[in-house]
Amino acid sequence: MVRNGCKVLAVKAVFLFLWLVSSPVWATAEAVAIEGPQRPWWFWPIVLFVFCFVLGIIAVLAGVGGGVLYVPLVSGFFPFHLDFVRGTGLLVALAGALAAGPGLLKRNFANLRLALPVALIASSCAIVGALLGLALPTNIIQIALGATIIFIAALITFSKNVERPVVEKQDGIGGAFKMAGAYLEPSTGENIEWKTHRTLPGLLLFIVIGVMAGMFGLGAGWANVPVLNLLMGAPLKLSVGTSKFLLSITDTSAAWIYLNQGCVIPLMAVPSIVGLMLGSFVGVRILAVAKPKVIRYIVIVVLLFAGIRAFMKGLGI
Amino acid sequence: MTSEAPQAPPEQITYANLLFYGSWGAIAILLITFGVYVSGIFESYIPINEVSQYWSMPVSQYVHEANVPTGWGWVTLLGKGDFLNFIGIALLAGMTIVCFIIILPYYVKQKDIAFIVLVILEVLVLCLGASGLLGTGGH
Repeated sequence: MVRNGCKVLAVKAVFLFLWLVSSPVWATAEAVAIEGPQRPWWFWPIVLFVFCFVLGIIAVLAGVGGGVLYVPLVSGFFPFHLDFVRGTGLLVALAGALAAGPGLLKRNFANLRLALPVALIASSCAIVGALLGLALPTNIIQIALGATIIFIAALITFSKNVERPVVEKQDGIGGAFKMAGAYLEPSTGENIEWKTHRTLPGLLLFIVIGVMAGMFGLGAGWANVPVLNLLMGAPLKLSVGTSKFLLSITDTSAAWIYLNQGCVIPLMAVPSIVGLMLGSFVGVRILAVAKPKVIRYIVIVVLLFAGIRAFMKGLGI
Repeated sequence: MTSEAPQAPPEQITYANLLFYGSWGAIAILLITFGVYVSGIFESYIPINEVSQYWSMPVSQYVHEANVPTGWGWVTLLGKGDFLNFIGIALLAGMTIVCFIIILPYYVKQKDIAFIVLVILEVLVLCLGASGLLGTGGH
């Protein structure tokens, strides 16, 4: 009964989300941007809070980070400039990662020895990405964002992560950084030991991931997990946990760049952060009893839709 | 048979504990300051009903037209309701730096040269990002 109730709630959340995206509210968004304020000051923050609350539920159910949905959807359907959306998107992803980090670290689902070398590369490159993102013309960023979101939708569709990749021999760099450990798998009561391989190509890929995270304010869980899991051979659970924790470091460096440039407006940042965090808590509770796969497919469609919209917005269509 | 859970290293536990109290504290501060802001107890630097005039502009135009400080200039405006929110935001963005500084002695004690260097470099990178020295002035 509880399971059915949660499924109904999950489906309702998706429909509310789709209704929000297709609502006439968005039709007026650009008009408001051009013509000036026509609504009371509290209107957009409240809409943003509700939108982010639903987004938080859906992100958890679909197994994607909040930032990757937040930036394309809010920049596509709200009257906010992409500069502020990216700054807030990083804070949203950062707040979620900081809140999840302690539990993941304590249970060994995230590992400092795996995260630190990767984080140094990703956070340095995220600064470069943020500086580039703020220097390039908005339409170029919008086109690149659209293309990236479409790529992410394809990646989510076709990427087949491996629960426990086989790593026969650890490579030299992984060994030097002692990238190995163990965690308890609660579902089987088994201790899972792990080590990495192909560490150098993995580290090099984090250059690209860092730049993209900083440039688009997306967070980077969508890219972290496949690299840690499929390339470096970390078990899926560890890859997901370490990726989430990694965001707290990568996004910190980029968030400061946006913050220092003035890209954070509290009236849009706080409702976004709080809405998404509350939604994530509700999403985790729903996820414990229901795994509606259909939501993952809906999110892929929404990402495609948002990606195409961002792409066309960049082209001025 | 259920195995005993492998213990996380002490530096990882310290990092986790610090992150837990720091980030939830920052979020609590953010909620309180936002309440103060929207209640109008403190005067805002940008009147709250005028904010929507600015958020559709590129950031460089917003900074210019609203005369908003960049870098750490917000610290001088903490008496204003809107800039009060930057305390919680800066704490959120600063927690990782604090955590790395606190765990550095663990690696020093272990004489783990690779991780001592990594942690120091990471702190330097994050401090550079936070310093406000880097910037292009927007587009």
